[in-house]
Amino acid sequence: MTTPSTPLDSSRTPDTTSQEPLITVRDLSKSFGPNLVWKDVNLDVYKGETLAVIGRSGCGKSVLVKHFNALHKPTTGDVLMDGVNIFDLDYVGLRQIRQRFGILFQGGALFDSISTFENIAFPLRVFTSDTEAEIRDRVMQALERVSLAHAADRSTAELSGGMRKRVGLARAIILNPEVLMYDEPTSGLDPQTSDEINDLILSLSETLHITSIVISHDMHSVLKISDRVAFLHDQALHWLGTVEQLKQSQDGPLRSFVRASEYALT
Amino acid sequence: MRFTLFHEFGLYGTLLYQALRSSLESTTYRMNLFQEFVKIGYESIPIILLTGVFTGAVMTIQTAYQLGNAFIASSIIGSIVTQSLLIELSAVISSLVLAGKVGARIATELGTMRVSEQIDALESMGLNSVSFLVVPRIFAGMLMFPVLYVVAAATGLTGGLLTGVLTDTLPAFEFMKGARLFFFPWDVLFGMIKSIVFGFIITSISCYKGYYATGGAEGVGQSTTQATVLSCMYILVADFVLASLLL
Repeated sequence: MTTPSTPLDSSRTPDTTSQEPLITVRDLSKSFGPNLVWKDVNLDVYKGETLAVIGRSGCGKSVLVKHFNALHKPTTGDVLMDGVNIFDLDYVGLRQIRQRFGILFQGGALFDSISTFENIAFPLRVFTSDTEAEIRDRVMQALERVSLAHAADRSTAELSGGMRKRVGLARAIILNPEVLMYDEPTSGLDPQTSDEINDLILSLSETLHITSIVISHDMHSVLKISDRVAFLHDQALHWLGTVEQLKQSQDGPLRSFVRASEYALT
Repeated sequence: MRFTLFHEFGLYGTLLYQALRSSLESTTYRMNLFQEFVKIGYESIPIILLTGVFTGAVMTIQTAYQLGNAFIASSIIGSIVTQSLLIELSAVISSLVLAGKVGARIATELGTMRVSEQIDALESMGLNSVSFLVVPRIFAGMLMFPVLYVVAAATGLTGGLLTGVLTDTLPAFEFMKGARLFFFPWDVLFGMIKSIVFGFIITSISCYKGYYATGGAEGVGQSTTQATVLSCMYILVADFVLASLLL
């Protein structure tokens, strides 16, 4: 496995050498029954950075990231947040950890029995004591941030793929999370809508100073929005480095993956 | 095969334990509870009325046919129909019908939520998904099924009485006389106890199958089929066990 050995050179890249990691993954292994997904993953996520997790379909990218807020439990290993092992926490402690995360799920994971507005208002109704007027204000602000204020009263069934992702994003940021996890944010979208989503992710990272973890195999998107990249391959974390290092890397499987993504490295 | 069976029972038991433990978190599930009362109770009334009327009607016709040549008072037809409806048919037949309606709905709803990551979304927000989704459905099932049993029994008796009159088999007063002759309040209580158990079986199995659904649309379809079939099977098994224990 290759790890960054030189100081990071991107202007957006946080200085990972001078700060404590927000999330620390230690010797993490996961199997489903007899099927090993990956083993011995070691990884740090730093505050304010955007980390992309890439790899072939079915290599366990989403499974890995869902360990960061204990949606999955590992076969062995730990995930530490601010130095605390999240798998040792009781339900209340875990709930507090989970509320520090927002997730944009692959298909949006919108609740289809309620409207767009109610989807975004849902976390506020459950976890805050905001009045109806405050909820309306916050939901409309979130919808304006993703340019969907006009769709507040629409049923989620009426939304296009790109709109569903943006509504999912509005719901993910409504409780002001510290970490945003994006599961394939541009999959199934046309190039123009993908670019809009990329710009939105960049804008959220910059304006809200959110730590972002992006699962993707869209290399155009990865190179545009990420500071660092983790490459899962052959049931392990095969490569970890900055975007600049990725562009210059001669690692065979990584280059092969990037080439297959039809992106010309410069 | 044996491992799969143990694994299934283990998962089902774990889900029930989690549901029991989170049943104290009423703030999480109360918003869904009323909605489930409406979906399981109110929205099932039409099919229960239909089931009840026809069960009572068929019981009257068949009992009259079977006793046609016997030298006994015709009011005994009312007694047999009433007892059969109160002790057995109103609870069992309506529950078998509801296994299709309520059970399939619950398994499909939760299964779709599972495969479209809506349950993950709830969990990721820090919400207890078992308390939010499973507990209100099981509670509503256990509370609404006895009510639906009473509706089924009442419409069954009405259907039986009207059929007797309309087919000129049995006058209304004879039916009522027979019904009163062998009416025991315990029979109604027994029917209600059975309904509570059947309500628990249908909602818990359907929640379990939906909550752990995997594999996209096909997986949801399989979960729904399994939920319905298993519910029907366990209703019949529980019916036998309860009859053995309580009668």
